[in-house]
Amino acid sequence: MSGIAIRVKNISKKYEIAAGKRRHDTLRDHVSDAIRSFVRSNGRSPRPRANEFWSLKDVSFEVKRGEIVGVIGRNGAGKSTLLKILSRITAPTMGEAGIYGRVASLLEVGTGFHGELTGRENIYLNGAILGMRKAEIDRKFDEIVAFSEVEKFIDTPVKRYSTGMHVRLAFAVAAHLEPEILLVDEVLAVGDAAFQKKCLNKMEEVGHEGRTVLFVSHNMASITRLCPRVILLDGGRILKDGPAHDAVAAYSEHWLDIGAVHEWNDPATAPGGAVARLRAVRVRTENSLMSDGVDIRQPVAIELEYEVLQSGYVLLPYLNLHNQEGAFVLEALDVDSEWRGRSRPQGVYASTAWIPGNLLADGVHFVSVGLSTMSPDIMQFHVYDAAAFHVIDSMDGDSARGDWTGALGGAVVRPLLKWTTVQREAPDGRSGRSLTRA
Amino acid sequence: MIVHDVSSTDAPHIRIKPVEGWSGFGLKDLWDYRELLYFLTWRDVKVRYKQTAIGAAWAVVQPFMTMVVFTMIFGYLAGMSSEGQPYPLFSFAALMPWTYFSKSLSQSVTSVVGNAHLITKVYFPRLLLPISAVASGLIDFAISFVFFLGMMAWYGTMPTWRMLLAPVFLLLTILTALAVSFWLSAINVRYRDVGQAIPFLIHLWLYASPVAYSLRELPEKWQLLLAFNPMTGVIEGFRWALLGNTAPDVRSMSVSAAVVLALLFSGVVFFRRIEATFADVV
Repeated sequence: MSGIAIRVKNISKKYEIAAGKRRHDTLRDHVSDAIRSFVRSNGRSPRPRANEFWSLKDVSFEVKRGEIVGVIGRNGAGKSTLLKILSRITAPTMGEAGIYGRVASLLEVGTGFHGELTGRENIYLNGAILGMRKAEIDRKFDEIVAFSEVEKFIDTPVKRYSTGMHVRLAFAVAAHLEPEILLVDEVLAVGDAAFQKKCLNKMEEVGHEGRTVLFVSHNMASITRLCPRVILLDGGRILKDGPAHDAVAAYSEHWLDIGAVHEWNDPATAPGGAVARLRAVRVRTENSLMSDGVDIRQPVAIELEYEVLQSGYVLLPYLNLHNQEGAFVLEALDVDSEWRGRSRPQGVYASTAWIPGNLLADGVHFVSVGLSTMSPDIMQFHVYDAAAFHVIDSMDGDSARGDWTGALGGAVVRPLLKWTTVQREAPDGRSGRSLTRA
Repeated sequence: MIVHDVSSTDAPHIRIKPVEGWSGFGLKDLWDYRELLYFLTWRDVKVRYKQTAIGAAWAVVQPFMTMVVFTMIFGYLAGMSSEGQPYPLFSFAALMPWTYFSKSLSQSVTSVVGNAHLITKVYFPRLLLPISAVASGLIDFAISFVFFLGMMAWYGTMPTWRMLLAPVFLLLTILTALAVSFWLSAINVRYRDVGQAIPFLIHLWLYASPVAYSLRELPEKWQLLLAFNPMTGVIEGFRWALLGNTAPDVRSMSVSAAVVLALLFSGVVFFRRIEATFADVV
């Protein structure tokens, strides 16, 4: 048998984003569209049709048998699409791929878990959904239960489980799959630290058993630990394919390309729908200077500038922040009372959100912005990673790290909290002052 | 694990390509995933009567109450013919397959959309979803069948050798339910209008089927027209097999069967053609 496990040849995937993004069509829409285009056929332009969006563009690579390959990239880089195509959840628009061996894909843990069913029943259901045979589940059942650490509750409906138990049970099933090729997405980003470690160990075991693994993740630490080879995707293309440290380094540097200001000067290419169009996203600080680097103690302003093309809609501008590990840091909608609940006349608007100082952790932050109309809820634009800025830890002693200058645990935010410390007991056994006073 | 056999070692076990044209019925794939079909069906059955007070008795309550209403209105008030049978037996023999059919339909139409969390996360033959929805109703059918045997005993109606042919008509019911389900569950992914229309459609379909009335009450030409409704053949068949009513007309029986097969075949073709887009659209 040849030494290839996965062969991907010129895979491209096109999505169509409707001008006004709808979750699903109704017959009425199509009928009214047809009538409208018929009526307007003399001279006037029809309603703008769907926009094309290439989630993957001409991606080719090969994975050898036994290789463990990581896939990284920013949000919207095409990682998940690649995984969905290889998992046969969606079909590519062009190109082809071959999978050589028994394959299992884990796009999430606990797919198909049903709250009304017991832990025992869910092990069977979830196992079958992941492609296990009943006989195989029977054989591994005790092992799965032991791994999950929920023995006592195995005959309780999982809706009574805590989130942690739920995740542990789900992962226990997944960890006992025995495919030759495993496609994994981000599933380790759940559960408590100790259990995550257990899972990582199990994954490493998998690697040592000569299994081929394609691992999509935002977690740089686990990617570099698990995957000798890493593929970096950006904008649907392969930017780098090589040793893990090279690709991870390229990824971290890559944010510099984005910058703190993003302006769309050409209305034809600016993201937008029929009601509103994005003109610029700017990150700045209090003294109004555009800035890539922001002191951790300083507030950061994120400004969306957009043009309202059609009057009469209540608009909901919003922004999301992701950090460089891809963790979702925060989301916020415009709450300015000036325009809240009021429909907007045409014109150019700027909505600015202030993120207080001493809230974000240090490191690179990616800003995604969007705007949708309120009723009906129609997305006008949503731009991933429209801008980026770097929060710099000053280490001057007045941020949340206090006097500690060593490494921190990597929390997503680092707010400065109000702390009070009092002495409650002295070594000679007398109560501290704060207690005796009461 | 599901083993994908390969004849040549160089050919990939799984080939991933853009969707172009006809890709076959995927029967082998369905067979490979038969255990998942079992588990999905089992899940539907298990979950259906969780946290209900009377549980599986619901399988009988619905057709029973409908029978009572029909008996009052059509049997006593309207005095419709029940071909010499007690009207409750006459209508229940039809309500069994009808209830199974209508429940299967309302379950399966939303089966693809309702399992969006599976479709967007894992591969399996998508046909399993409507099939398992239709299969899970068989338990209810079995329960109401046992109840029907009790009714026959109550009315002193003796079963005959023809009852052995009831499975044939049950099969016809299943195929009809599958055929309609394939079409509607696939369309519903794109046009949720189907989900809205289905209770209404089922309601109309009930009156277009000889559940409450006897086919022989209708003028000759209407009888043939009604044969294009596969449920006509099913119901006539059930009445004949269980109660010994007039044997169904061979001509209208074959029309019903032909319509089912055509619907079933085209339904699978249609479903298979658009299933690759489910994960993107749902």
